[in-house]
Amino acid sequence: MLEVKNVSKSFSDARGTKDVLRQLSLQVGDGEFVSIVGPSGSGKTTLFGVIGGLQQPTEGEVRISGQATTGETGHVAYMPQQASLLPWRTVAGNIELSLTIAGVEKRKARSDALAWLERIGLAEYAGAYPHVLSGGMQQRVSFLRALLSPQRLMLLDEPFGALDALTREHMQKWLLSIWEQNRRSVLLVTHSIEEALYLSDRIIVLSASPAVILDEITVPFERPRREELREDARFMELRSRIYRHLAEGAKEAGRNGS
Amino acid sequence: MDNKRNLWSRVWPPALVLGILVACWQAAVSFALVKDWMIPSPAEVVKAAFASNVWPRLMEHTGATLGLTAIGFAGGTAAGFVLAALLHLLPGVRRGIYPLLILSQNVPIVILGPIMTMLFGYGLLPKALLVMLVCFFPVCIAMLGGLTGTDESLRNYMRMIGSGKWTLFWRLELPSALQSLFSGLKIAASYSVLSATFAEMLSPKMGLGGYMVLSTRGYMPERAFASAILIIMISLALFGLIALVERAVIRWRPGKGEAGRHAGS
Ligand SMILES: Nc1ncnc2c1ncn2[C@@H]1O[C@H](COP(=O)(O)OP(=O)(O)O)[C@@H](O)[C@H]1O
Ligand SMILES: [Mg+2]
Repeated sequence: MLEVKNVSKSFSDARGTKDVLRQLSLQVGDGEFVSIVGPSGSGKTTLFGVIGGLQQPTEGEVRISGQATTGETGHVAYMPQQASLLPWRTVAGNIELSLTIAGVEKRKARSDALAWLERIGLAEYAGAYPHVLSGGMQQRVSFLRALLSPQRLMLLDEPFGALDALTREHMQKWLLSIWEQNRRSVLLVTHSIEEALYLSDRIIVLSASPAVILDEITVPFERPRREELREDARFMELRSRIYRHLAEGAKEAGRNGS
Repeated sequence: MDNKRNLWSRVWPPALVLGILVACWQAAVSFALVKDWMIPSPAEVVKAAFASNVWPRLMEHTGATLGLTAIGFAGGTAAGFVLAALLHLLPGVRRGIYPLLILSQNVPIVILGPIMTMLFGYGLLPKALLVMLVCFFPVCIAMLGGLTGTDESLRNYMRMIGSGKWTLFWRLELPSALQSLFSGLKIAASYSVLSATFAEMLSPKMGLGGYMVLSTRGYMPERAFASAILIIMISLALFGLIALVERAVIRWRPGKGEAGRHAGS
């Protein structure tokens, strides 16, 4: 589905060159849910920029559905860190626009948007402007917008980063229930280890500056996943394994810094 | 209902103050604090304006000023809008022109009035050109600012899902520049009336500006005041019209007091 091959990305400015991604390779299979965990500033959003074609990698290649798409936009459905709903379009209008940009016929886009808003309990907000929605509701709309888009790969960039802990867990459960009914290939970025464990089939652990892959973990839990999973012994064990990687990375960064 | 009361509570305090000011003016003249041949009282001005030999002429001149303002405003703002869009879509050209555009803000454009008159005579053309020029700059610059100021994360989102340059412009940049565009239009509105009357003063045959000049030369202060009041009213009306259009177009903004109110999650 998605293949990222030996991608490096560096930014140059007056003070010199900064390597953000170094020789990264990863794959996402059809219908697979993969998470990337890494500290803030490790280059996760940059990686998404490269995969989504916003930025040309310094070297390396991106392939989506077997097709070389390096530096080409339009091949992914995207849920950004901020909800990024257009304030002058209604909730349904926002979803409709994104779908039509991706090539869905207008009438179908509209009816899909309305049907799904109904399904997730936001039917009464279909005609409302985004500013009347709470942060959590805006993120639901933003997720729905990505889910309904025809592109086969979804990129979710820290979708719940700005929400409080309770809303966050609630949203994870909600996302999982929707996704399990409607499986798409997903690449999720998060800095929450629990979130990655709870949601994904596979987890890729990134180090900071430059980002390289520290570990890759296949998550053994069967689906559909239950909330009690968070108390499972294997869950705890995997959590501390990922935590150790991130902590070591942070220590190393501290040593390099001093 | 709630809205109406809200509007009323905002309207009456300044209306009251204005009323008091007019009353003071009337009183100052009535009690001979100022000589009424220097400053006429409001009542005198109204009486003079409605006199049968003045009113029709006053209306004719008002019509001329309105026409000139409308042509200049429409032409100038349309040109400003189009140039802003072009410069935005052609960043290379923009780099050359934008700094000059900013510099030209410091040129008091009305100084071009006499030159226009010299070149194009006393007809409508030189006046309309002057008003257009005056309206052009604020709209062009406000619009360009709005287009460039588009939220970067929204732009990234729209590009990522496959929007081309045109889709970006129509669906994202233009709507997000509307607020700035209207600020530019409001500035252009008051400039347009200002420059139209100024242009009329240069060739005082038609329009309220011209009538005012002739009234002062003929020493008829009531008529000069009457035309001044009409000019102010035109200016206010145009501004109000734009504010109304703005409210009709930009409906998505959170209203006052509604900003922080969210539905439960
Ligand atoms: N356009 C850019 N120019 C220069 N440096 C950048 C640019 N974009 C990102 N960076 C740098 O790349 C690093 C990673 O940023 P980012 O991908 O946003 O991290 P994350 O999403 O993991 O928090 C940061 O140190 C940032 O300063
Ligand atoms: Mg990020």
